[in-house]
Amino acid sequence: MKELVKNHLAEKALFQRRLWVACVILGLLFFALIARLFFLQIIEHNRYITLSNENQFTLLPIAPPRGLIYDRHGVLLADNQPIFNLSLTPNKIKSLKTTIADLQKILPISDEDLSYFYKQLKQNGRYNPVVLKAKLSPEDIAHFYVNQYRFPGVHVDAELVRSYPMGNYFVSALGYVGRINVDELKKVEAKNYLGSNYIGKLGIEKFYENDLHGQVGYQQVETDANGQIVRVLQRMPPVAGRDLHLSIDASLQQAAVAALGGEKGAIVALEPKTGRVLALVSTPGYDPNLFVFGISHDDYAQLRDAPDHPLYNRSIRGQYPFASTIKPFSALAALYYNAVSPDWTISDPGYYTLPNGSHTYRDWKKGGHGRVNLSRAITISCDTYFYQVAVILGITRLGDMLKAFGYGAKTGIDVDEELPGLVPTPQWKLKTKGQPWYLGDTVVAGIGQGYMLTTPLQMAHAVSGIANRGQLYKPSIVDYEVSRNGMKMKIPSVVSSFISLPPDKWDLVINAMHEVVLSGTAHYSFGVPPYSVAAKTGTGQVFSTFGKELDKGKVLPKNLQDNSSFIAFAPVDNPQIALAVVIENGNHAAPGIARQVLDAFFSEPENVIPTPPTP
Amino acid sequence: MSYRHPPLHNVASSAPQNRSWLYAWHLDSNLMQALLFLMGFGLIILYSAGNESVHTVEGQCVRLGFAALVLIGVAQIPPNRLKSMAPGLFFMGLLLLMAVMATGHVGKGARRWLDFGVIRFQPSEIMKLALPMYLAALLHEKILPPPFKTIALCFVIILIPVGLTALQPDLGTALMLFLTGFCVIFLAGLPYRYLALFSALAAGAVPLLWHFMHAYQRQRVLTFLNPETDPLGHGYHIIQSKIAIGSGGLFGKGWLMGTQSHLNFLPEHATDFIFAVAGEELGLVGALVLLLMYVWVIWRGCRIAYTAQDTFSRLLAGSLTIAFFFNIFVNIGMVCGLLPVVGIPLPLVSYGGTSMVTLMAAFGVLMSIQTHRRLWSQ
Repeated sequence: MKELVKNHLAEKALFQRRLWVACVILGLLFFALIARLFFLQIIEHNRYITLSNENQFTLLPIAPPRGLIYDRHGVLLADNQPIFNLSLTPNKIKSLKTTIADLQKILPISDEDLSYFYKQLKQNGRYNPVVLKAKLSPEDIAHFYVNQYRFPGVHVDAELVRSYPMGNYFVSALGYVGRINVDELKKVEAKNYLGSNYIGKLGIEKFYENDLHGQVGYQQVETDANGQIVRVLQRMPPVAGRDLHLSIDASLQQAAVAALGGEKGAIVALEPKTGRVLALVSTPGYDPNLFVFGISHDDYAQLRDAPDHPLYNRSIRGQYPFASTIKPFSALAALYYNAVSPDWTISDPGYYTLPNGSHTYRDWKKGGHGRVNLSRAITISCDTYFYQVAVILGITRLGDMLKAFGYGAKTGIDVDEELPGLVPTPQWKLKTKGQPWYLGDTVVAGIGQGYMLTTPLQMAHAVSGIANRGQLYKPSIVDYEVSRNGMKMKIPSVVSSFISLPPDKWDLVINAMHEVVLSGTAHYSFGVPPYSVAAKTGTGQVFSTFGKELDKGKVLPKNLQDNSSFIAFAPVDNPQIALAVVIENGNHAAPGIARQVLDAFFSEPENVIPTPPTP
Repeated sequence: MSYRHPPLHNVASSAPQNRSWLYAWHLDSNLMQALLFLMGFGLIILYSAGNESVHTVEGQCVRLGFAALVLIGVAQIPPNRLKSMAPGLFFMGLLLLMAVMATGHVGKGARRWLDFGVIRFQPSEIMKLALPMYLAALLHEKILPPPFKTIALCFVIILIPVGLTALQPDLGTALMLFLTGFCVIFLAGLPYRYLALFSALAAGAVPLLWHFMHAYQRQRVLTFLNPETDPLGHGYHIIQSKIAIGSGGLFGKGWLMGTQSHLNFLPEHATDFIFAVAGEELGLVGALVLLLMYVWVIWRGCRIAYTAQDTFSRLLAGSLTIAFFFNIFVNIGMVCGLLPVVGIPLPLVSYGGTSMVTLMAAFGVLMSIQTHRRLWSQ
């Protein structure tokens, strides 16, 4: 029978039983909570304390300030400027796409910025900041800071960036830094570059990268959930890179650029007694500051496709025929091997024919120079004389002497991109051309034509060897380094070659070169300077008229005009400067330009050194 | 229907005779002490969780004070009055819920609030009290254990407000309402065979429920199942709160020293996730102290229900106490990664929330039940 009346006692008992059951369930659930807490806080504690520390503490690398670069008088050539970049830390950002889209509403972010950002993002991984926009303007920074609360994981970072105050003038020597890429990271100690965005890409910046870069520092920081630094806990300061003091004279370098005046050409000036570089110029130049942030595609295409190839460093990579600048070296070879007596005289008819040969090798002067001895042959640049000298010497002995003067191999200057030029040998010809060496090859080698190639740097290096009477020093641009604690480290001068000849033979060649300016081929174009100069001109044919005269009043188009080269040192008695000038399609412009450079050099009183009294 | 009056009895050992002045105010001193300890401890945690803002603590004190006044007010209403008020309160709650559906204030993508100019409140909060009261009042009139018809009626009564709340959508509150209502039926003696049947039905309803869930709700469930899949999105809350609790260890990092909360890695650290702050700064020991205070409150609530003198009081006191437990359990379970993220504050500790007023009103009901007992026993 179903109960129809409430049984209060039974209901109470029922309720109390149910309450007990409920309490047991509650107890079990409480136990579950406590077990969970025990698991998290005791068993897994170490794991979570690590995660918490990872949240809270970050070890940030501090990039060392890059060493500065000065000229020989302390003029600043490469500086570090603070700039402000907008960077994103991907793992702190929920949606990169929307964040970037929102940032674009307040900041001018170009497609180029974006594509660079995504490229970097791939290389960088999710946990390090990646630059989205470099070089924020003060307005950009203000716009961003007003909106910063909307952008967790986005920061403005300050960084020091290379700047070249006289960029165009020095790029051929200094090179530039640029954003580091994956391949470059593999070549350096990656740990040391954790904070660095830039690396030397070219020139001095590349060659001295290790010294300029310095040692990375670290700071342990506490960050909040937005990645903002709350405080710095520990700091190991970076060690700044070493400052470089170049032997280059900024004013001479500028004078050289000015003297070239837009011509395609190169000037290299050395200090003969040390091998120190005084000027290293290639024109037209370009602005290295463009490359620091990663040059824009358009800017790069413009430089790359320009008809006068500004990116081509002619001073160390331009390989030109020796032309007549070879003659003093041919003469020295002849004297060294006693192949030709200084008194040996020929009567120059204006051409030379090999015995049993039919081909005539012309002199540059129609009708010839008349009676010519060795000294005179240098002064007036007699081709006929040196055709015969070469034949008598043979290509091997001529080549050996050229190599002793540093031709045909890299000089070892402290810039990596140098090219070696070429001093040909019969073996070389057989190997590369598949042809035997003909006597005719030797004949034209005597006046520096044919296969022979040299760079302006090698020419300056070799002529400083004559100035020094046989002693050659490895060219070097950096004079000394200064570390951050003030320690000065001199880059030693290294003798690269020594050629032993009796003084009277040196005198003969040097005097003949002196005469080049006084009465020889450079007499008109160089003028009469207030200092003594020994020199040799050179004219490299770009286009041959095959012996025919050009029609009256007709001038060859610029790009077919002869290359003009000039080597010199001064003063003759106590040389302070050795110089090489090469002008592409210069049409005999080199001596005049060299004069301007030398004038600039000697206008500085410190360079005018009185001739030591002869004993 | 005739009632068998319980025999009058002389004062039992537990009977109130020389109680304190609190008793005269219909306040239970034991429960009151437990609540005050809990609130004090909560304020200490809140001071740290609110990034040491005195303003936050002051605001919380004002709210607690107001809620305490509500408690005192409710405690003055005898259980019989409560019982007679129950149907009215329930239907008013239903109407308000429907009003919310029509006009409510939209906050964070959900329609939960009614805006009365000065006060915004959630009608679902009224339901947290009105539903168990109405069910208890209903079952008070029935013979227990309830027959199937009564059970079915009770479930209909539960599911209407639960459904309306779930549609807002406020899954957390809907779940709490359902649990509260279910508690009443369970305590009233729901036969275990039905319990088994409902469990089976509930298990079968999961796919159906999934179908009707909002995208964000599904996401919460998925994230709960595997938070690491979405470390910056939906999993972030759980991961960071687990790190906070786990890194606290046995004794914690020290009060005000929590890095997860103070450096903002832990979201909502003053509100729903405040337990993680306690776990991080005070460690397992502090968390256990907090749990112990909750146990004290629940124990006292159970005691009141156990000794209550009529079915209505018993069911109401029991279900409110168990509902209070579930608030704690769901919150802490969520914060330490046992349960999916459901927006339920930690009772009496989390900052703000109208739920605090409801809770204190519920404690007022408990005190009323305890202090309006007649001096007889069965």
